[in-house]
Amino acid sequence: MSKIHITTKVNGEEVEFLADPRDTLLDCLRDQLELTGTKEGCSTGDCGACSVTVDGTLVCSCLMLGVEAQDKQIETIEGMAQDGELHTLQRKFIEHAALQCGFCTPGILVAAKALLEKNPDPNETEVRYWLAGNLCRCTGYDKIIRAVMDAAAEMRGAA
Amino acid sequence: MAKDTANELRIVGTRPDRPDGLDKVTGRARYGADISAAGLLHGAVVRSPHAHARIVKIDASKALALSGVKAVVTRDDFPTGLTGEAWDLQENTMAGERALYDGHAVAAVAATSAQLARDAAKLIEVEYEILPHVTDVDAAMAPDAPIIREGAADHSVPDGLHPNVVRYIEFGHGDLEDGFAKADIVREHQYKTEAAHQGYIEPHACMGQMGADGKGEMWVCTQGHWYIRKMCTQVLGLDASQLRVTPSEIGGGFGGKTTIFMEPLSLALSRKAGGRPVKIVMSRSEVLRATGPTASASMDVKIGMTKDGKITAGSATFRMQGGAFAGAPVDMALYCAFAAYKVPALQHVGYDVLANRPKAAAYRAPGSPMAAFAVESLLDEMCNELGLDPLDVRVKNAAQSHETSSFGPKFGVIGLNETLAATQAHPNLSAPLGPNQGRGIASGFWFNHGGDTSVSMALGEDGTVTVSIGTPDIGGSRASMAMMAAETLEIPYDNVRVNIVETGALGVNEPTHGSRATFATGKATVEAAQGMIVEMCKRAAAKWGIEPDAVEWRDGAAHPAGPNAGEYPPMTIGEIGAAMSNTGGPIAGHHESVPAGVGESFGTHVVDVEVDPETGRTTILRYLVVQDAGRAIHPAYVEGQYQGGAVQGIGWALNEEYVYDDMGRLQNPVFLDYRVPVASDLPMIDTVIVEVPNPGHPYGVRGVGETGIAPPLPAVANAVAAATGVRMRHLPITPSKLLAAIKASKNG
Repeated sequence: MSKIHITTKVNGEEVEFLADPRDTLLDCLRDQLELTGTKEGCSTGDCGACSVTVDGTLVCSCLMLGVEAQDKQIETIEGMAQDGELHTLQRKFIEHAALQCGFCTPGILVAAKALLEKNPDPNETEVRYWLAGNLCRCTGYDKIIRAVMDAAAEMRGAA
Repeated sequence: MAKDTANELRIVGTRPDRPDGLDKVTGRARYGADISAAGLLHGAVVRSPHAHARIVKIDASKALALSGVKAVVTRDDFPTGLTGEAWDLQENTMAGERALYDGHAVAAVAATSAQLARDAAKLIEVEYEILPHVTDVDAAMAPDAPIIREGAADHSVPDGLHPNVVRYIEFGHGDLEDGFAKADIVREHQYKTEAAHQGYIEPHACMGQMGADGKGEMWVCTQGHWYIRKMCTQVLGLDASQLRVTPSEIGGGFGGKTTIFMEPLSLALSRKAGGRPVKIVMSRSEVLRATGPTASASMDVKIGMTKDGKITAGSATFRMQGGAFAGAPVDMALYCAFAAYKVPALQHVGYDVLANRPKAAAYRAPGSPMAAFAVESLLDEMCNELGLDPLDVRVKNAAQSHETSSFGPKFGVIGLNETLAATQAHPNLSAPLGPNQGRGIASGFWFNHGGDTSVSMALGEDGTVTVSIGTPDIGGSRASMAMMAAETLEIPYDNVRVNIVETGALGVNEPTHGSRATFATGKATVEAAQGMIVEMCKRAAAKWGIEPDAVEWRDGAAHPAGPNAGEYPPMTIGEIGAAMSNTGGPIAGHHESVPAGVGESFGTHVVDVEVDPETGRTTILRYLVVQDAGRAIHPAYVEGQYQGGAVQGIGWALNEEYVYDDMGRLQNPVFLDYRVPVASDLPMIDTVIVEVPNPGHPYGVRGVGETGIAPPLPAVANAVAAATGVRMRHLPITPSKLLAAIKASKNG
C-alpha cells in the first residue's frame, strides 16, 4: 500500500512525514518523527500513555490515524518545556516524587496540562476523574494528584 | 565510617529531586521501545490460539515469499538437550512439540517494518491438533485432569498425586493436635485468589543483534540485565560473555521483568537475518496472554484461638498453579503465611501445580498476598466471633526480634511491634463510619534479599563522583544510591552521578528484585565509597609524609587525624581529584559481594470502605499503610512504594483477575477488561514510615518494595465484611459477586 504524504505542525514546528494508511498518529510521532516521548502502553485507548493534544483537544494518539494529522496543531510532551524552562507541572512532578518508573508520566503531564487549561482550579475529585484515563501502576496516584493540585495552585498564584 | 544515628545524617532522610527526573518529565528518557538502529528489522511472534495443542506442522513459505521478510524462526532453530529451568525457559520462549497455553509462542518472523512483520506472522500457517486442557488449580489436581507434561514432577512429590503436581512442600513445628486442643475455638475455611498481572504500563521491548560468530548485543527493558544475559545465552546455547546487554529505562516491572520472554527470539532472528538488529515490542494483549501473571491459589487455613485471642495452632494447605511450568510461589506463600505471629504449633503444606496458563513470573512479594488473604481473613473472622479487637490480637501474638520465625530461621531485629503501635496510634482508626461502611485491618510480611551485587565508583578530576551500578532504577533508586554515596563521602548530593551500566562494565548483578536494590546495591555503594576514602586518605598521607592511618576523612576532605599527626590544611576531594594523575593515578572504589544482613519488613494496613447495597460496588474511602522501612533513605520514594503496593493490592482484591473461557482462552487481554485501579477509584493513600533500623545495613535500610501488596487483599475483604456482614472468601470482590452474596445472605 502506498504511503501518504502528511504536512502538519508538531510543537509549533512544521513537519512532514509519509504515513502508511494503517499507521496510527502514535506510530508516526514515534517512528517517523522520532518523538519517542509519547509512549505506547496498550494501543487500545485504555492507558493514556500516548496522550497528545490535537488542535487543543486531548486524544490518545494510538486511536487516531497518522493520515488524519494533516494540517493540525499537535502538542506532545517534547513541546511542554519552553525555552529550556520546565512547565510548572513538570517541575512539580519532580518535586513531589510523582513518578516512579516514569513511563506513564509524559501522557499524564500532557493530560494534566489540558485539564488546567480548561479548569485552572480543579478540586481533587475533578483531577482524579480527568486523569482516570491515564493508568499509572507504580504510584497509586497519590503523589500525582498532589503534584497536579500544587501546580494548579502555583499557576493560579502566578497568573 | 558511615553515620549510625539519624541526628548525624546530612542527606539520608531528605527529599532531593531525583537525578533522572528531568529526563522523565520531558520525554527524553529512553525506554525499551525507544531504540532504533541502522538496518533495523522488526520482529513479530506467532502465538497459539489454543490452550493446549500438538503442533502438527508449521509452514512459513507464504510469509517468506513476501518482499522484506528476512527470517522466520521456530523451535527447530534452538539447540536441544537443555534440562531443568533452562529447558523451561526455552520451552516458554518457543513451543516445541505442543503449545501449552493460549498465547504460547510457536514461531517468529523478522521483516523490514513492524506492519510487514505482523502481516507476515499472519501468513505463517500452523496446524494444530487440539488437546484437552485445564486452567483451574483444583481441577488440574483432580484424577481425571489432562496431564500437561508427564515427568515434570521432582523428587519432592509423594506417590499417588496427579502428574500435574510438580513440587510438594511440607514444614512446621510443635504439636498441632495439642495446639488445637488448647484453643477455645478452632475455625477452618477455604480461600481463593485469581491470577493477577503485574500490569506495568510499558510492554516488553528489546532490540537484539547477533552475528554468525555468536557475539551479540541487546537493548532491553528489564529489571536485571545479567539475568537476561544468562537466560538468553542458556536458551540459545551461547557463552554468556559473548552477549552484551544494555538496560533501557524500565517502565515498571514488579517482578515481571526478571525473566525472559521474547528476548531470545530477537537474537535468533538477527542471527538468521545476517546479523541485522531485530526489535520486538509486545502488544498489550501479548503481555497479558504470554508474560508472567502471578499464580492463582486455592487455600485451606485452620486456626485455633483462645477466648482472649491467643493463637494456639495453625495449619495452611495451599495449592497454586503457576502455568505450564513449575514455579508457582507456594513455598514463599507458606513462609509468609504466619510470619507475623508467634504460634506454638504450625503445619504448612504446599502443592505447585501445572495448568494451561502462561508461565508465572514473580509479582511483588510472590505468594505473600495470597497467604495474607487466607490467614488474615480467617483471623479477622475469629476476632469478630470472639469480640476481640483485631489489632490487639495482632499485638498479643506478634513475632519478636531474635526469636524463631514461623518458617524456621530466627528473625534479626524486626519492627513489627513498633508498626502495630504506630497503627494503633493513627487517627484513621477513630474516623467515624456511616451506614454501609466498614473498616478492615490486616498485616503483611516480606523478606529482603542480598544477591550478587557489584558496584564501582570513580573520582573525577574535579572531585565529583561517578557511581556505576547494575540494578535498574524503577522507582527512584538512582537518587537513594547518590544520597548514600554523598552521605558516606560527605560531599554534596549533586556531586554524585549514578549510572546503571551494561553487563560488560561490572561484575554480575542480580536484578532489582526481592526488595534488594536500596539494601544490597546501597550497601555495596557505601562499601565502595569507603574503599575510595581509604585511597584518598592514602594520597593525602603521601603528600604530607605521614602514615595513612594518621589521616581521617570528614566534610569531604582528608584531615590529619589528630594533633600528633601534624598540622596540615585539609585536602578536599576536589584537590585530591585534580592531583590524582601525579599521586598514583585514577582513584576508584569498588565492591562485589552477596550482601549479608538483610532486614525483613512488616506492615499493617487499615482500610475503610463503603459498599453500595444496590450495585455491590466497593469504594475505598480511606487507606492507611504503616510499614517498617528500617531507615528511609529518600522518604518520598519509600512512601511511593507503600502507596503503589497498596493500590496494586486493592486492584487484586476488587477488580483484577484472569478470565478464561471454556476453551482455555484468555477473555480479558486488554486494559479495558483487565481493569487496574484508576485515579478516580481511589482516595489519597496515607502512609506512616516506621523506622526500626536494620543493623545489617550501614544506614539501617530494610527492603520496602514488596510488603505493601500483601495486606490490602485481606484488609479490603475484612472491611467489606464489616460493611455488609458478608464474608468474601474468593477474590476479586467484584460488584456482581458481592451483590449476589449480599442477596444470598438476606435470603438465607
